[in-house]
Amino acid sequence: MDFLIFQVPMLTVQAVLDGLLLGILFALIAYGMALQWGVMNIINIAQGDLVILGGYIAYFMYLYGIHPAWGVIVSPIIMYFVGVIIYKLVINKVVDRDLFISILATFGISILFMQLMNFAFGADVVLANSGYGTTMLFDNSVTLPNSKIFSAFISIVFAIGLVIYMKKSKLGRAIRATAQNARAAKILGVDTEKVYAATFGINAALCGVAGALISITFTIHPYMGLPYTIRSFMIVIVAGLGNLPGVAMSGMGLGVFEEFADYILGTEFRIGSVFLLLVLILVYRRFKLSKKREYLK
Amino acid sequence: MNKNIILYAAILIFGVAAPFVFPAFKVQLSILCILIILAITWNVQGGEMGYNTFGNILFYGLGMYLCASVQVGMFFPLAEWTEGGGEKTFVHTPAQFFQGFAVGLAVAAIVPAIVAGLIGYSILGLRGHYFAICTLGLGVAAGEISGGIEIIGAGQGFTTPPFPKVGSLEARGEFFYFCSFAVLIFTFLAVKAIYSTRFKLVLNAIRDNEDKAEAMGIQTMKYKIIGWMISAFFCGLAGGIMGGLVGYIDSTDVAFDGREMGVFMVLMAILGGKGTLWGPVIGATVFHIFKEGFWTFFLGWQYVALGVLIVVIVIYFPEGIMGWLREKYPERFGEVVDEADRKAQVELK
Repeated sequence: MDFLIFQVPMLTVQAVLDGLLLGILFALIAYGMALQWGVMNIINIAQGDLVILGGYIAYFMYLYGIHPAWGVIVSPIIMYFVGVIIYKLVINKVVDRDLFISILATFGISILFMQLMNFAFGADVVLANSGYGTTMLFDNSVTLPNSKIFSAFISIVFAIGLVIYMKKSKLGRAIRATAQNARAAKILGVDTEKVYAATFGINAALCGVAGALISITFTIHPYMGLPYTIRSFMIVIVAGLGNLPGVAMSGMGLGVFEEFADYILGTEFRIGSVFLLLVLILVYRRFKLSKKREYLK
Repeated sequence: MNKNIILYAAILIFGVAAPFVFPAFKVQLSILCILIILAITWNVQGGEMGYNTFGNILFYGLGMYLCASVQVGMFFPLAEWTEGGGEKTFVHTPAQFFQGFAVGLAVAAIVPAIVAGLIGYSILGLRGHYFAICTLGLGVAAGEISGGIEIIGAGQGFTTPPFPKVGSLEARGEFFYFCSFAVLIFTFLAVKAIYSTRFKLVLNAIRDNEDKAEAMGIQTMKYKIIGWMISAFFCGLAGGIMGGLVGYIDSTDVAFDGREMGVFMVLMAILGGKGTLWGPVIGATVFHIFKEGFWTFFLGWQYVALGVLIVVIVIYFPEGIMGWLREKYPERFGEVVDEADRKAQVELK
């Protein structure tokens, strides 16, 4: 076996660290997906495109001379309103319908966003340079860009902030009540329509944060959205709805898996391996459940 | 019955005469045939069985690659062909071309059906949206992976053999048109025959309530796998012809094109009306006309239009054209309507 990763053992450390930092970002996106899935029972295929759109907001701030790290503040605010608008236009008409309808409708939104971003921002791969430099570890054999550490830190801050918000605030309680039983919440005076809009907005805002961080640490491109959707879907089904530590763990696990797949199989199979992993996980779950004569539903 | 025969005869005559009446639209008509085949096959799976898949593009792409690979590989070394890219160091004689294409089509139909049978047991155990997302993943994964395989051209693409000249006759358009039209008729008749058997009722039972169907003693898994295999068989055929028609296979843009073809087939079936025989045919025709119009007049904005179209159809028109017609003229669909009841309904509205 002449794989690079076995010849240079330090690369293992590199891959694990990269994967963990990347995985925290995935977990943040997956958190948003778990939120809307749990509350509204909607699977949003456009999740990844919201991420990329958030990334472009940060990139544009960078182009106009503002440090892209401020995108972490600006992007979620803009994205919240984008999310609410999408909800008002499309999602509120599919909330109570068949799940496939919502999948297909958000697929349409995804295609729409992809192409609009392609028009607006061009089809180039771009990144917003944060200029944070890199940290060298273990005699310079492991390099860690500071921007990755920054992004992981910000993700954790936002995730913890949201958890506290959901626990303490009035809206957070209303969201949780709606998730438990929408009808009962309605009877008790919760405006579920507003709650749904806010949930979708918060999800979009989380995507905005993640997108801004991705534009700083990695690269963005209008057509790169779908893999992020699939990753977050995968993380949520591995962790289960409403299991926040699980989301963080499986997010980091996925990050590490991807880094290793990148080193061992080659970069050209990276995205393919993510999608294959999704299929394998679903099939594994299916066989595990079928032993109890149950199925994924 | 008499009316039906006239209708079928009219379609048949139109189909045979079309390439000579509208010679400029030969390629468009062939693509229309392919689209109708894809919509019909999706309908077997999504409309009748209720298993909404995004993954039939897998069989379509597989068929496309298989047909072209067999056609080349039967006579020349495949690796050298793809390495040469567009450069033609090897030339098929007409006999070789047609033999290769025929064998290729057979392989392109059978292998995807076998693949569907093999993965069917694992994948079809998933239900609802899990199945939809899993098949979406399958299609994209196939595209990404085939884009990394050297022997079928990797990212550079695969040029299918150019159409040979028989004597002084150059009939590429006609050849592919009649191929796709023949396969369309074959598909339609096969599906029509299937729909008149108990098999269709079983599929509908699975769609309506799978647990109950199983409790009634139907081996649902067996029927689901067979249904998917039928779907894959015709998808592969359509892919094989489309590969020859386009002349160039790219992993993510032509073969495993989940963003275009993969969505189109779902959309066409829904637009026409899920779970009907004629729905996909009508849906595909309307969609193709609409699409070509948009692609021509609003070039560049076509995906924006496509996205909006998907959202609008799915939200406001989920029953499709056939569903709408059925609501408007229920007598035509063999439903007995009580006139007084209907008037009362209209007054209520």
